Amino acid sequence: MISESFEYHVPKTIEEALGMIGEFGDESKVLAGGHSLLPMMKLRLASPKHLIDIGRIGALRYIRESEGQLELGALTTHFEIESSSLLKSKCPLLPETAREIGDVQVCNRGTLGGSLVHADPAADWPAAMLAVEAEMVARGPHGERKIRARDFFVDLMATALQSDELLTAIRVSPLPARTGDAYLKLHHPASGFAVVGVAVRLTLAESGSIGEARVGVTGVGAKPYRAEETERLLAGKSPTAKRLEEAAAHAADGVDANSDLYASGDYRKHLAAVYARRAIQRAAERAAGR
Amino acid sequence: MRIQVKVNGTAFESDVEPRLLLVHYLRDVLDLTGTHIGCETSLCGACTVLVNGHAVKSCTLLAVQANGAEITTIEGLASDGKLHPLQQGFWEEHGLQCGFCTPGMILAAHQLLSRNPHPTEAEIRKGLEGNLCRCTGYQHIVKAVQYAAEKAATGGQ
Amino acid sequence: MATKYLGERIKRKEDPRLIQGRGHYVDDLKLGGMAHLAFARSPHAHARIKSIDAGAAVATPGVLAVYTGEELKGQVGFVPCAAGLEGLKIPDHPCLATGTVHYLGEPVAAVVATSRYGARDAAEKIEVDYEPLPAVLDMEKALVKGSPRVHEHLTDNTAFVAKLEAGDWNAVRQDASLKVIKQRLINQRLAPASMETRGVVASYSPGEDTLTVWSSTQIPHILKTQLAIMSKLDEARCRVITPEVGGGFGSKLNVYGEEGVACFASRKLGRPVKWIEGRRENMLATIHGRDQINDLEIYAKPDGKVAGFRCRILASMGAYHQLLTPAIPTLTALMILGAYDIKNVFVETVGVFTNEMSTDAYRGAGRPEATYIIERAMDLVAFELKMDPVEVRRKNFPSSGKDISMATGVVYDTANYEKPLKKALRLAGYNRLRKEQERLRKKGKYLGIGVSTYVEICAMGPSSRMPGGGWESGTVRVEPTGKVTVLSGTSPHGQGEETTFAQIVAEQLGVSFDDVTVYHGDTSVVPMGIGTFGSRTTAVGGSAIYYASERIKKKMAKFAAARLGVKPGELLFRDGKIETSDGAKSVPFGSIVVDAYSAKTLPAGVEPGLFEQFVFEPPNYTYPFGAHIAVVEIDEETGEVRLRDYFAVDDCGRILNPLLVDGQIHGGLAQGIGQALWEEHVYDESGQLLTGTFMDYALPKAGCFPWFHTANTETRTPVNPLGVKGVGEAGTIGSTPAVVNAVVDALRPLGVRHVDMPLKPEKIWKLMKGNAGDGGR
Repeated sequence: MISESFEYHVPKTIEEALGMIGEFGDESKVLAGGHSLLPMMKLRLASPKHLIDIGRIGALRYIRESEGQLELGALTTHFEIESSSLLKSKCPLLPETAREIGDVQVCNRGTLGGSLVHADPAADWPAAMLAVEAEMVARGPHGERKIRARDFFVDLMATALQSDELLTAIRVSPLPARTGDAYLKLHHPASGFAVVGVAVRLTLAESGSIGEARVGVTGVGAKPYRAEETERLLAGKSPTAKRLEEAAAHAADGVDANSDLYASGDYRKHLAAVYARRAIQRAAERAAGR
Repeated sequence: MRIQVKVNGTAFESDVEPRLLLVHYLRDVLDLTGTHIGCETSLCGACTVLVNGHAVKSCTLLAVQANGAEITTIEGLASDGKLHPLQQGFWEEHGLQCGFCTPGMILAAHQLLSRNPHPTEAEIRKGLEGNLCRCTGYQHIVKAVQYAAEKAATGGQ
Repeated sequence: MATKYLGERIKRKEDPRLIQGRGHYVDDLKLGGMAHLAFARSPHAHARIKSIDAGAAVATPGVLAVYTGEELKGQVGFVPCAAGLEGLKIPDHPCLATGTVHYLGEPVAAVVATSRYGARDAAEKIEVDYEPLPAVLDMEKALVKGSPRVHEHLTDNTAFVAKLEAGDWNAVRQDASLKVIKQRLINQRLAPASMETRGVVASYSPGEDTLTVWSSTQIPHILKTQLAIMSKLDEARCRVITPEVGGGFGSKLNVYGEEGVACFASRKLGRPVKWIEGRRENMLATIHGRDQINDLEIYAKPDGKVAGFRCRILASMGAYHQLLTPAIPTLTALMILGAYDIKNVFVETVGVFTNEMSTDAYRGAGRPEATYIIERAMDLVAFELKMDPVEVRRKNFPSSGKDISMATGVVYDTANYEKPLKKALRLAGYNRLRKEQERLRKKGKYLGIGVSTYVEICAMGPSSRMPGGGWESGTVRVEPTGKVTVLSGTSPHGQGEETTFAQIVAEQLGVSFDDVTVYHGDTSVVPMGIGTFGSRTTAVGGSAIYYASERIKKKMAKFAAARLGVKPGELLFRDGKIETSDGAKSVPFGSIVVDAYSAKTLPAGVEPGLFEQFVFEPPNYTYPFGAHIAVVEIDEETGEVRLRDYFAVDDCGRILNPLLVDGQIHGGLAQGIGQALWEEHVYDESGQLLTGTFMDYALPKAGCFPWFHTANTETRTPVNPLGVKGVGEAGTIGSTPAVVNAVVDALRPLGVRHVDMPLKPEKIWKLMKGNAGDGGR
């Protein structure tokens, strides 16, 4: 319940934050909403000497549309995403995912950026980020770079973000025509995290067959992934129940699945297939309705 | 570190250790012990308070993060000695037994009704997902929230 | 009899303070000079302590003292066990481990510091060198000859063996017409997890030589006695106060080592010491519930009538006995026949030591296990004989409705098992549900309907059967102004008896409910009592208060009779008056109170004043019963169980306040359903706890439940003057088997006859895939 002592820093700007990250290096942790980091600190599983609270950098908290892209500041909270009318109309997968995350209080404080950087293998956002091919915008001492979602999640609790970098924004493309998306998960009965979560963005061709489908999966392995074989099997096919099932059956191909008290690796793989089929089905129905 | 907060309408200024949790600040420094601590992992919601109008778990917020904020705790919910409709609802509908989760439960319900004044039963249950109660089986809590929603709809009459 | 308050839906007196955050739980207490206590705990299930280095902790600023088990030796007594069973082994249970740790989380050292944060910091700095020892976690392996022993000085891991046998087993064995059904059931370990963890403030005053202890407890009086013994203090100089208690569910029906250490520290340091348990500590080191393995043998006649029932109970004690640890499974044996007239019974109960936290009373305490066993058994009979589970139950109900002598030796007070069953079947639309199930099965869908017709034992109980006595005290004092003070020996903590008791007394004395105030939980204010557990507070404590108010009435009637010139027996107490039944002659209640205190004219043989006490000794337990029906749907692809509907018809005797009865049932259902579907406390093979936080231990949330449809029947008991039976545990006891029966019923087309709890989706999925063995494990 009680963390170890630390020094607390409150940068006002991104530049100031980067300066502090550079100065304190490995002895520091960046605090956003605090809903991943503070629980770890309270259990003394993390004990940074310096805590850099970026929570007051207003420039990191926004949802906007620019140059045909949607951009979310890293400090945007789950609730802000859930309730954004812009996102509801242009990228409904994000509000739909936000609704499945935690409880009201967690959604009020927890941030998109904080969750992504924490990279919990059972977190919800990564699946959606993969399905919409989000771009992570990272700022470091040498400027800004963009990281594709599929390159961002490296391993268990590890991302492509360098230790001197700060995740500042997330960019996603709005939902194209004849496209639908969906996020479905099995909630862990205690933590509420995803035992398995599948996010899908699916575009139908004019012919009614599937143009492109992107399937992001979380909870199954050490890191979230795109179900590439499933995507390949869907491309160009008409979305019949049988096709979807055949494709979804490969949603966990080659994945070294997690096993815990609640669900074995085999079961997780099975769930991935079932939830993938259901999410694909729902996304296809939505695509047909647009 | 020096912080300034306004709690239930009263301004406070305190020097706090950075690691001090908001819940301990409220309870141990300001003596507002109506906010409780039920777990260590941000799950039970007993410590829920409103920070700038948003329900948050005060065990997962440092007091220094709340610097400058306006905070409402259970002690600040009744006004002029008149119970808030939610408090009335919990009393009328037997929405509490041991009462330990109740302050947090009421403030989470407060957030729910502020965003959705006419929630369905399912929406109430979802809105209270972040608050655990071991006594009531939740049904009377749902009724308490329904009571308050109705009361608010009829202008508190 | 017309009543004004009894049987009415009356809002609680407790609530105004609690809904405004103005109640005071133990952690809300602040005393001048108060220090804080924190513990260093064992990270091993079983290990020898080679050395403890507290140097860094002692050197931490603000640290007042560090104690280890060695320092407490001879100064603080052992943690007590009150259970008295023949041949019971009771290992010494020091407040802080000495030499060896026997379970994960056992307190090893204690730090006292000037601040909460400082105490934690210092506790983290205590270095203990351990030599790990083999840990005993599996009860069956623990009983094998040559198994590592939990306590090296004991010959084996058997804590006790108890046998209960009745009937003619030769005849049963020779009856070839009987179908023998065998099944193993596992009743998993659970965490009581009251929302408020444990906590204690001990304040020793060196000048007065008095010890005052504020503890979050269900048993202030017993705690006072035991702490005095442990602390070697004059009991008359000890006082226990229970502030608000944030739930207990049995887990605070105990005396814990940490309380002994807090008293010791306060005495040593001469200042108040507070200890507030963290949630992780609570999961590790507050008693656990259940944890039994049950092997059943059912001997059923072809028509569904059960002729004989055998069960072997392996009950995990954990490493030590807490207050009632070994007594809990004996209640399982006592109630193992449930609501059924079975003449031949054999139960062998074996208490087993393991390197785990102690088990003890958790809501229901041994009876949920019994009900689970017998209610699963009824469904097993239905499964094997291809009968409807309702029919099997009806075949086995006793014919009598009163004083039913069970083969287990207990005598059920009053019974009418058909009545709630009929009501529940109607409420649920049972026949319609069966037709829907038939339809859905044809489509490959799984709908399950589960029934449980439980009976439980409560209102504990006659002193002859209770380790520390089963009586209860009540005191009623009419103050000189006419207001009424009630002192209750029981100490409710959420059940709402400040309200119920006020109803009883207001009804009795004919005064306003608002004029009655109930106090409990302060041993210096309230006469000795036993405590709140075993669904006894209203039935036993309420009866004491009822009789105490009868004594008040008797006395006041003498004063009033003298004034009115009538016989005392002619007078009624109603609406603030004492009057003749026709209302012709009356005198205000308040004026008689003045007579009693002014004592100017005393009727012959009457003392001044109006304070009366009664100690009620119940002649028997009570046996509430009911019928529960659960309806579940199972996702045929994933095995996820959705509880679609729940119907509960409970008979808890006379209902004094339907609002509170509903509340008790709802809460009980949530816990019972929680065991069936989600909750499990799991140690791994090395004795590490895999479910040590609410991130892993699934406490049910608001969204887990459908709307509970509840109803009651009212069969009064003659055991107490109120006719109430008790309702605190009924919901928990009845619901667990109803849900499991429903899930197994859903899977019946697959030939599944049992699944062990909790009914996690993966188990069901494996059964549906057809590659899991019996039990889904």
